[in-house]
Amino acid sequence: METKNIMIVGVGGQGSLLASKLLGHLLLGQGFDVKVSEVHGMSQRGGSVVTFVRYGEHVASPVIDKGQADAIVSFELLEAARWLEYLKPGGRIVANTQRMDPMPVITGAAEYPQGLTEKMQAAGAAVDPLDCLSLAERAGNVKAVNLVLLGRLSHYFDFPESAWQEAIKACVPAKFLEVNQRAFQLGKNA
Amino acid sequence: MKKLILGNAAVARGLYEAGCAVASSYPGTPSTEITEEAAKFPEIYCEWAPNEKVAMETAFGASLAGRRAFCAMKHVGLNVAADPLFTMSYTGVNAGLVIAVADDPAMHSSQNEQDSRHYARAAKLPMLEPSDSAEALRFTKLAYQLSEEFDTPVLLKMCTRVAHSQSVAELADRQEPEARPYTKNPPKYVMAPANALRRHPVVEQRLLDLAAWAETADLNRVEEGSSRSLGIVASSTCYQYVKEACGDRFPVLKLGMVWPLPERKIRDFAAGVDQLVVVEEGDPFLEGCCRGLGLDVRGKELFPLTGELSQNRIAEKLGLPVPASVKLEEELPNRPPVMCAGCPHRGLFYTLHKLGCTVLGDIGCYTLGAMPPLSAMDMTLCMGASISGLHGFNKALGREAQVKTVAVIGDSTFVHSGMTGLANAAYNQSNSTVIVVDNSITGMTGHQQNPTTGFSLRGEPAGKIDLEALCRAMGVNRVRVVDPYDLKACEAAVKEELAAEELSVIISRRPCALLKYVPRKPALKVDPDKCRGCKACMKIGCPAISMERGKARVDATQCVGCGVCGQLCGFGALEAGKEAE
Repeated sequence: METKNIMIVGVGGQGSLLASKLLGHLLLGQGFDVKVSEVHGMSQRGGSVVTFVRYGEHVASPVIDKGQADAIVSFELLEAARWLEYLKPGGRIVANTQRMDPMPVITGAAEYPQGLTEKMQAAGAAVDPLDCLSLAERAGNVKAVNLVLLGRLSHYFDFPESAWQEAIKACVPAKFLEVNQRAFQLGKNA
Repeated sequence: MKKLILGNAAVARGLYEAGCAVASSYPGTPSTEITEEAAKFPEIYCEWAPNEKVAMETAFGASLAGRRAFCAMKHVGLNVAADPLFTMSYTGVNAGLVIAVADDPAMHSSQNEQDSRHYARAAKLPMLEPSDSAEALRFTKLAYQLSEEFDTPVLLKMCTRVAHSQSVAELADRQEPEARPYTKNPPKYVMAPANALRRHPVVEQRLLDLAAWAETADLNRVEEGSSRSLGIVASSTCYQYVKEACGDRFPVLKLGMVWPLPERKIRDFAAGVDQLVVVEEGDPFLEGCCRGLGLDVRGKELFPLTGELSQNRIAEKLGLPVPASVKLEEELPNRPPVMCAGCPHRGLFYTLHKLGCTVLGDIGCYTLGAMPPLSAMDMTLCMGASISGLHGFNKALGREAQVKTVAVIGDSTFVHSGMTGLANAAYNQSNSTVIVVDNSITGMTGHQQNPTTGFSLRGEPAGKIDLEALCRAMGVNRVRVVDPYDLKACEAAVKEELAAEELSVIISRRPCALLKYVPRKPALKVDPDKCRGCKACMKIGCPAISMERGKARVDATQCVGCGVCGQLCGFGALEAGKEAE
C-alpha cells in the first residue's frame, strides 16, 4: 500500500504529543510500519508546532511534504490554514475551531484572519470544523481537546473501535482515562 | 521485541544493550532525551554536568577507569568540548567511549547551523550517522565495538529528524562487556609533548585502519536501482528523503559511517553510474571528499547549504514529479514562540524595555525577551557570552555604557560558562551590571536539573550552588535578589545597580511557572466596567491576554494568576481570580 500521512498541527503546549503517541501506538498495533516526527525545544513555547505521522508497508522519510497529507488534525484554526499547503488536494481537515491569537495579533502588528474555514473549503479542502473545547469541557476536562479531535478523526479511518480503545488505554494515564474516553466518543459522534 | 521508539531513546537503548556504565551530558536540543532516557536504566549511572567539556572529560575518566562511557550534546556543545575531544583522539580509550552530537539543520532550536562532520575529520575520529531509530540503536552498539577494537572515541552524529522521529526498532538484552581493568600507561595517557609526538602517528595509522574497515563494513552499502543514469550518495535522514523521492529508481550508496570514508567503494560506485550526485544537508562534506578523489560530482549546485532537505525538494531537483498542493492567497500572521503565561522572565524584560537598557543576552528561554513587544535584547551569541560581552562593551565605552547596559543570563547558563566571565569582570574591575535570571531549572530544553537546583538528573537530592555566596566569593560586593513578579522592586534594583560604580549582580529569582511544584493561582478576571481598552496590560506580551470588543480578555486556560499585568493597569480592571471552593 501507499504510505498514508496524517499531520497534527497546533500551538505549542496544546497536547499534540499525546495525540501522536496514541496514533503511533494504534498504527503499530495494526501491523503497519510507522514513523512519527516531532519537534521539541524552542518552538514548543507557544509557537506553531507540527507532528508528522506516516504509516504503510515501508515508510522512508520521517516527514510529510507539501501536497502529501491525507488528513490534518488541527488544534487551532489559524494553524490549519498555515499548513494547508501540506494537504493532498481534496484531503480532510479535522479542525478545532478554537482561536488562539499569536503574538503579532496580540501586539496589533497583524489581524487574525476571518472566515478561515470557508476559505480552506473554497481552496478544495474537506474541512470538518468542530468546537472541541466545548466538547472537552463537557467530557470533564478542557485539556481533553486532543481526544475529541482523535475521536473525530476515527470517523474517517477504517480501524476497529477496539483498536482505538486499546490505544487510549495504553497511552492515557489511568486517572484521566474516563474523561478521555468520553472526549473520544463526543468527538466521534459529533 | 519491536517497538516504536524515538531516535534519541533508541540511542539510550543502545547504551543499555551495549553495557554502558557511565553517561554525563549537558542538555541541548535535539540531544537531551538521550541522557534522560538512559537515566531510566538503573544499570547506567547518568548525570547532568555543568557543561559539555566537563561531561566529555567525565566520560573520558570513566572510559580510562575501564567502564563503557558516553556523553551527548548538541552541535554547538561540541565547540565547548572540542578541547578534550582533539586530545582524546591521541590518548584513545580504555573501555569504549561514544560521544553523541546532534545537529539542528533549519535551526528549530539553535543559534547556528554548523555541520559537526568537520569535527570528525579535524579530530581524526570515526563518525557514525544513523538514519532512523533502528540504526540509532544498532550504530550505538557498533560504536562501542569500534571504540574498543580501534582504541578510539567514536562520534555518533544525530540530527533533529533522526533524534526526534519515532520509528520501529528491535530491542535486545543488555550484554555486560568484558572487564578492562585500569593499568598505568603514561606514554598513552599523559599527553605531554614527548608522549603526544609518539601518539600522533598512531592516530594517523588508526584512521587508515578505520578507512580499510569502512570498505567492507555493511553499514556502508550500495542499493541497486533500475536506472544507472544517476547514482546518489547519501547518509542520515537525507538517505530516507532520497528513498522517499526516488524509490528504487537510482542506485544509492548509503553511508552509515561518514568519516573516514570508504574511498574504493565510492570510486567503484561512481564508475558504475553516468552521473554521481551527493544529497546532503549542511556543508558539501561528502561532495568535497568525492571531488578530492577526482570524481565528477554534483551536490550543492543542486541543493542548498542552508536549512533542511525533504522528499519534494530532492524530487524537484532531480526532475521527478512533485505532488500538487493548494494554499490560501492571503498572508497569515506568524506564530513565533513566546514566553509562557506566568513566565518569571517577563517582568524583568518589561523593566529592561521600559528603562531603555542595552541588553547583552544569552542562551535559554529568556532569549525570547528579544521578541516584540518586550524587544529587550541586543545580542545573543553563545553560552556565557552575555557577561564577558558586557565586560568588553563597558571597557570600550566606559561610563556612557555602564549606566544603561546589562547582561542577562539564566541559572544553568551561568554555571555552564557564565562563571568564568564573572570571574573576569571581578578580577579586571568591571563596572558592569549582571542579571542572573534564576528560574530554578534548565527551562528551554524541557526542565533539566542543574548545579543550582539541588536535585540530580534522576530528581534525587544533590549538591546545590549558593549563587549569592558564589558571586561574593568571586569578589562581587553588590549582590541582591529581586522577585521579577514585583515590577516596582525590579525597576528599583536595575536603576540602583546601573547607577552604582562597581560590579553588581542582580539575581532575578522565581521558579519557572511550568514546574509541577509551583502553585498555580486562579486566572485573573477583567472587570469590563473598569477596563477602558487602553492596552497597557498588553505591553508585557502575555499570550493569555487579548482584546475582544475593545476590552481586555484573559484566557483562563493559560493564565496562572501571576498578576504582573494587573500592576500595569491604571484602572484596577484586572482582579485576582477567586480560589475554587
